Amino acid sequence: MLLERPDVSPAEFARLTGWEIKPEGACKDDACVPLGGQPFDVANTAERLGMALVQDDQVWALGPATLTGKVLTTTDTSDFALPDLDGNEFRLSSLQGQKVLVVAWAPY
Amino acid sequence: MGGADIARPYVDAAGSTHPSLIDAAHLLDARFGVTNIPMVMWVDETGAMVRPPEAASPPAVGEAAERSSKMVGDGERREKYAERLRDWVTNGAASQYALEPEAVIARSQPRSRDESKAAAHFELAQHIWQQEGLSSRALVHFNAAHELQPTNITYKRQAYSALGVERSGDGEWGRFRQAPEAGEDWPFISDFNKDLVAHNPALAKKLGLG
Repeated sequence: MLLERPDVSPAEFARLTGWEIKPEGACKDDACVPLGGQPFDVANTAERLGMALVQDDQVWALGPATLTGKVLTTTDTSDFALPDLDGNEFRLSSLQGQKVLVVAWAPY
Repeated sequence: MGGADIARPYVDAAGSTHPSLIDAAHLLDARFGVTNIPMVMWVDETGAMVRPPEAASPPAVGEAAERSSKMVGDGERREKYAERLRDWVTNGAASQYALEPEAVIARSQPRSRDESKAAAHFELAQHIWQQEGLSSRALVHFNAAHELQPTNITYKRQAYSALGVERSGDGEWGRFRQAPEAGEDWPFISDFNKDLVAHNPALAKKLGLG
């Protein structure tokens, strides 16, 4: 995700990444990663979560966490959403109760 | 490129009755590891993934698709995939093709620090491209993403398409192929032809490459 400045607040970091900053560290689902007892800092937190932080001029991009070495850390897809052709948000969870085949394609 | 306006004619032509969604920001990759197309994932009635995104082509439908499939020689693989899918639809969790959660996670794409860095560079590349076009600044980030995660074909195709070089007039592979013509400047460190020679030399030879 993109950051317009590297000193976002813990609440903003949580909103962007899903990692909440708690006294025990950065936490998501059942996992908590200690932050070394330092005040919250994006660079330190990113480093401990294995997230790349890349800067270009006045924009920073934060890559995904890499704690397990795998893209998936859960099989739950229920919070995933994308816009449909008319720009309306479509939540995958709206299809619960049915089997769903998600096919990715592109008109190259 | 991308977006609803680009996708809509294909969706209309196919007469799709299922939801068609637009993923301009490559969220399917960020979240689930969709690094190429076509990749398919299976989600059960509870919203749990039972097969992670994996390369999968449906049986070819239509004359052009049938010819391409014949050229690639993947007809049998396509049919088998459809059979496995039908097995899951019929048998649900009892299907041998529906995986346990641990196996789904274990089979998902690798994500190392290099891949995280590739994702960050790709996002910067997209951002800069949208702001100022395919500038040298955008190219630096596209190429960094390609170098850090060479197996991510969507990172590459997105970049090649930004150059607007969907070839035509070169047979049925013309539109699919994205590579420089002889002597042409090409700003990316990879192209379709080079990748095909590296990863599928037999098919590349059949197409007169390499």
